[in-house]
Amino acid sequence: MSGPAPRQPSAAGATSLEEPMQTGSPFATDLALGPRIYEGSQIPHPIPTILLVAPEIEATGDVLTVNFGPNHPSTHGVLRLVVSLDGEDVVGLRAVIGYLHTGFEKSMEQKTYWKAIPYAPRMDYLSFQQQELCFVMAVEKLLGIEVPPKAVWMRTLLAELTRLHSHLIWLGTTGLELGAVSIMWYAFRERDLVLDLFEMVAGVRMHTRYFQVGGLAEDIPVGFEAECRKLADVFPRRVDEYEDLFDQNLIFLERTKGIGLLSAEDAIALGQSGPMLRASGVNWDLRKNEPYLAYPEVDFDVPVYTEGDVYARYKVHMDEMRQSTRIIHQCLDAMPDGSWIADDRKVVLPPRNELHTSMESLIHHFKLVTEGFRVPEGEVYLPIESSRGELACYLVSDGGPRPWRVHFRAPSLSALQATATCLHKSLIADLIAIAASLDPVMGDVDR
Amino acid sequence: MTFADTPGFVSERVDRGETTVIVEPGSLLEAALHLRDIERFNFLADVTATDYLGWGDKGLAGYWGNASGRDLNEPGSWGFHALPDCKPSRFAVSYHLLALRSRPRRVRLQTWLGDGEPVASVVPVWPAADWFEREVYDLMGITFEGHPNLVRILMSEDWEGHPLRKDYPIGGEPVRFSDAE
Repeated sequence: MSGPAPRQPSAAGATSLEEPMQTGSPFATDLALGPRIYEGSQIPHPIPTILLVAPEIEATGDVLTVNFGPNHPSTHGVLRLVVSLDGEDVVGLRAVIGYLHTGFEKSMEQKTYWKAIPYAPRMDYLSFQQQELCFVMAVEKLLGIEVPPKAVWMRTLLAELTRLHSHLIWLGTTGLELGAVSIMWYAFRERDLVLDLFEMVAGVRMHTRYFQVGGLAEDIPVGFEAECRKLADVFPRRVDEYEDLFDQNLIFLERTKGIGLLSAEDAIALGQSGPMLRASGVNWDLRKNEPYLAYPEVDFDVPVYTEGDVYARYKVHMDEMRQSTRIIHQCLDAMPDGSWIADDRKVVLPPRNELHTSMESLIHHFKLVTEGFRVPEGEVYLPIESSRGELACYLVSDGGPRPWRVHFRAPSLSALQATATCLHKSLIADLIAIAASLDPVMGDVDR
Repeated sequence: MTFADTPGFVSERVDRGETTVIVEPGSLLEAALHLRDIERFNFLADVTATDYLGWGDKGLAGYWGNASGRDLNEPGSWGFHALPDCKPSRFAVSYHLLALRSRPRRVRLQTWLGDGEPVASVVPVWPAADWFEREVYDLMGITFEGHPNLVRILMSEDWEGHPLRKDYPIGGEPVRFSDAE
């Protein structure tokens, strides 16, 4: 698996396309660690996302088709799985999405950049600040604006706090779905501490709209550092507590080990990213491989597990919470002084106190709020590592004050594309554990 | 680094550190295979489309002023500094590719289509394209030939129109009341 794959002699592979997908060479990567999870590919053919019932099973007449969802208590949000069962075996599967489609991308085209920011965090409502960050950074890339170091470090810190928030909810709800009710109370206890920090910073607990084009909306409040350090100090011990609840729980181990298998090559072929990819043994993390913000300057490890099962995904989430805590500590230590937002009066609102004394500031304030700022023509694709993988914003500007096209690359949408592959030859009892391990947030999937 | 030997190559542009390779729509599948197998872009991150209907005109996109500058008849209008570049066709379909390896590279494969013009599906090249292409079909109305299951994904099956097109109105959805029947 490791090492570059042999080069294909020619690009005219039209004949090879007639056959089922050969994932041997094209999706190999030198970042894959560990042994092969299974030989070849388990991606269904011809439709990669739908597991069709085999004709010989269909012929027995014993196949029962069941609807899971869209309002099933165990599917993270409004996901509908149409499952065909032969006894307890899953023999067919089709995921149906779109129940939470809200048209965010269309709405954002109608707003000035300034007013479009609050739409972004409402997509993936569990890692809201990373959504905000992604959109704001895409606008900044088009503008070519320099962000002051204090904002860069604070953004890094808040992105990691958001990762904690998102992983805690994942842990709590996944435990709940597997019948481990108590973990939810533990996870939500710490989630509340994280939300308290967001409230301190931005005044609201979720969907903070704290990131502004050019930096942060407000300075970091007094006392934030001490409160954040309290959480960061206590957090690794809390992660140990969660692991005590799970790692010595035979029922949990039996329900998660060896199920929902996804090999490294299949994961790459299906566009998996984030914890899905790292649980399949691919050592890929945008924070390391294509660093942004202050990530090149902080020291952290990328957890990689090679088993490719539900348990590996659980372990990746747990280890990432520990690593995020490390990053938070380093951000607090390194937090520079200075301005929290760029000094560019054509983009950034002038300081409040100037409005009473400076005519120019008043004009700038008025023009920015009513008309917005203009962004140079161009198109950018800005990927970041969100809690669930590669989150990217594709932004097209025509030079006016409103985005011509906004598109978000949703990591949850990619994750759900792997359901049919992960559920290959699994039992109905494992379905919930596998679907939960993909960590889909339906707001992100449907947008 | 140049992508000039991509099948159907039209042009290549580097802007803000991002490489865009534009190919003819007819040879998209060969170009995709070339990029996957020769240039080794093993990871398809995203497929998306943009509707350029009314690009540079007044009104549709919701900017103030028009292509010739500030419109004095509209208070608060704020036209362009410069005219945006003309676009060759109405729709652009962009494939964001990533070489997921220890030295990562990214490229945007782009092709331009007129209204109603189909393009080949890349599902046989990258299985990840399945839902991405269905989303583009659903919201933008672009047909991907050879897609194994090209049906609506986000909107309901009986939905009319493609919401992300620029000529699709915002908030103009007909509502049926029961007492009108």
